Amino acid sequence: MTTQGQTFLTNITNGTKVRLLKIDAGQGLKARLAAMGLLAGAEFKVINNGHPGPFVIELKGSRMVLGRGMAGKIIVKLSER
Amino acid sequence: MIPPMAEKIKKITVALAGNPNSGKTTIFNSLTGMRQHVGNYPGVTVEKKEGFCRYQDYELDIIDLPGTYSLTAYSTEEVVSRNFIIEQKPDVVVDVVDASNIERNLYLAVQLMELNVPLVLAFNMSDIARQKGLVFDIEKLSALLEVRIVQTVGNKKQGIDELLDGIIQTAQQQPKNPASLIKYGSEIEKEIEKLQQKFDELRNDRWTVIKLLEQDADVLGHIHNEEIVISVMESILRLKNIFGEEPEIIIADRRYGFISGACQETVKNTVEIRHNRSDMIDTVMTHKIFGLPIFIAMMYIVFDLTFRFSEWPMGWLEMFFGWLGRGISGFWSAGSDNILKSLLVDGIIGGVGGVVVFLPNIMLLFAAIAILEDSGYMARAAFVTDRLMHKIGLHGKSFIPMLIGFGCSVPAIMACRILENRRNRITTILVMPLFSCGAKLTIYALIIPAFFAEQWRGPVMWLIYFIGIALAVIAAKILRITLLKGETIPYVMELPPYRMPTAKSVLLHMWERGWLYLKKAGTIILLLSIILWAAARYPRMNAEKLAGLNDAEAQTAMLKYSVIGRAGSTLEPALKPLGFDYKIATALIGSMAAKEVFVAQMGIVYAVSEHDDASVLQEKLRSDYTPLQGFCVMLFCLISAPCIATIAITRSETGRIGWAIFQWAGLTTLAYMVTFVVYQVGMLIF
Repeated sequence: MTTQGQTFLTNITNGTKVRLLKIDAGQGLKARLAAMGLLAGAEFKVINNGHPGPFVIELKGSRMVLGRGMAGKIIVKLSER
Repeated sequence: MIPPMAEKIKKITVALAGNPNSGKTTIFNSLTGMRQHVGNYPGVTVEKKEGFCRYQDYELDIIDLPGTYSLTAYSTEEVVSRNFIIEQKPDVVVDVVDASNIERNLYLAVQLMELNVPLVLAFNMSDIARQKGLVFDIEKLSALLEVRIVQTVGNKKQGIDELLDGIIQTAQQQPKNPASLIKYGSEIEKEIEKLQQKFDELRNDRWTVIKLLEQDADVLGHIHNEEIVISVMESILRLKNIFGEEPEIIIADRRYGFISGACQETVKNTVEIRHNRSDMIDTVMTHKIFGLPIFIAMMYIVFDLTFRFSEWPMGWLEMFFGWLGRGISGFWSAGSDNILKSLLVDGIIGGVGGVVVFLPNIMLLFAAIAILEDSGYMARAAFVTDRLMHKIGLHGKSFIPMLIGFGCSVPAIMACRILENRRNRITTILVMPLFSCGAKLTIYALIIPAFFAEQWRGPVMWLIYFIGIALAVIAAKILRITLLKGETIPYVMELPPYRMPTAKSVLLHMWERGWLYLKKAGTIILLLSIILWAAARYPRMNAEKLAGLNDAEAQTAMLKYSVIGRAGSTLEPALKPLGFDYKIATALIGSMAAKEVFVAQMGIVYAVSEHDDASVLQEKLRSDYTPLQGFCVMLFCLISAPCIATIAITRSETGRIGWAIFQWAGLTTLAYMVTFVVYQVGMLIF
């Protein structure tokens, strides 16, 4: 875990709600993700931390699969209960 | 008699926009029914669907735009969509919104509003939204967004008339000006204002200004005034300094903020959103261990059923062509050697008929693919195969074009556009012909029943498909560590909830692909059949030389003497180690143009078209060759020389003829090596 509750998405267990802080990616990819609702501040739930393999999250009522590597580029913070 | 009224039909052009998985296609199908056709947008290989609909006094021309999440310049689909809207100025744009997933879907709606187009929102799948406990205050939301909203259930045809009313009313109204509805906060608004005041051409074009601040490459490319570009760059730098982030991301954030504000007041969630059923199915379907075996089993079932159920309609088609051939032969005396009779019966009916017979196979396979797609399983299949795909240096998303590749390499190679990474895309394109397409299926459908007992047909078919996949995997892996080295880019994809596919959508899909296949049969295959018929018939042998031979011997002698027989004979020594004789070599020459021609060619080589069914050809094959040879033919056809259409599309999609040549030569070499090994080893064993 990094400081102040910030961590990579890959460290989050199934069923946990998190808030997106930062995506470590190029502009093009970031914009594409933003269009799908994945941008700083977005809240979502980890459905399946696929260890190893793709990652499933629930974001704004829809299911998204994040490919390998993608989840490792997303920095999140646990949501307050 | 009543005098004919002057035509008062008014035309309305409607563009249909929406997210992927929003049910846009079901709305399109409900509006247009069978009155639709598929084409391409000029200059790009994005599919363009257009349909027509008559409602009251109006003729609606409906264009189904590609499904997109946004209107940025990052994908061809998005550029195509927005250019269509900007340049063609449709009278109405309908945005199909998945009502059960409203916030994300409204993102596109907001961008359409910014484009200042006459807009109607179709809140689709409103039944599912209700089940999920979502309650909308449509009136209020409509007022907040200043846009007309209609609730629909596309697959049950609910709300379609209301949608049509909405379209017509919107077309007649003066468009409102909701473009400035969304405010981006004082910092960004200040920059927008500055730019609009400074440059006259931007004054009434808020959309362009926003796109410029978003650093949209396409819009930027159309600006020729250097000063504007410099001013925009300055604005972007100022905003970056304030926010510590690209303005693009801030703008996206503000749009979501606007949407979420509007939804807070108008959408009530009475139950916590749950995907219980989908989740339960997913724990099995995407299981770490069982996911892949389930996927393989599903594919097996698909191919097995395709084979089983197409048997009867194929029988009927065979009977029909047999009857047609006999009917036409009846105009000439028995045993006549009239050119026209031979052309019609042996060339055209034999050639085209032999290919059309496999139409049921093709249609059933596409129906199965449509079911997999519509049910939502296709996205899971990509998920399940991601692990595997990653190992060969591709990702799960490559899997979708590959699955289409089982239908036809041509659309599959076009579908590779969904892969953003160029190396991934080229790798996927290059190995695509290794996936057994519908045309290769016609070859298997001829060979397998000829050499293998009933209970082995399914397994042999599966084995052939499997070998193709395995070779594609190996080839891709090799390409990714040699010619096309590089990191794989992570991907993100939506997992739609499982849905019951509608019969209509499956049937439409099946019909569409079947029709394309028939068109191919009526054009290129017809032409090639005639050419091959002539090449197999000419030059003619002297009648004296045939004296003393029986019919079958004479046929063989004449074929050997013809253009194609000579070419086949020339190649025979080279193909002998693979178990092929000059007849197979002859058919292989034909199949270089289009794989299904192999079947037609074998039919002509054996002159079976006058007989009434394909089992005659299969019987002849059985008496001439061993099952090992049959298997090697399938293997060679699977791997070798992609058809002309594939070569053409590989060239245009990779941008270089070099890749197409490399693909053709590489695969043919591979085919030779693999078949050589299989035949030689097989000879030792059997």
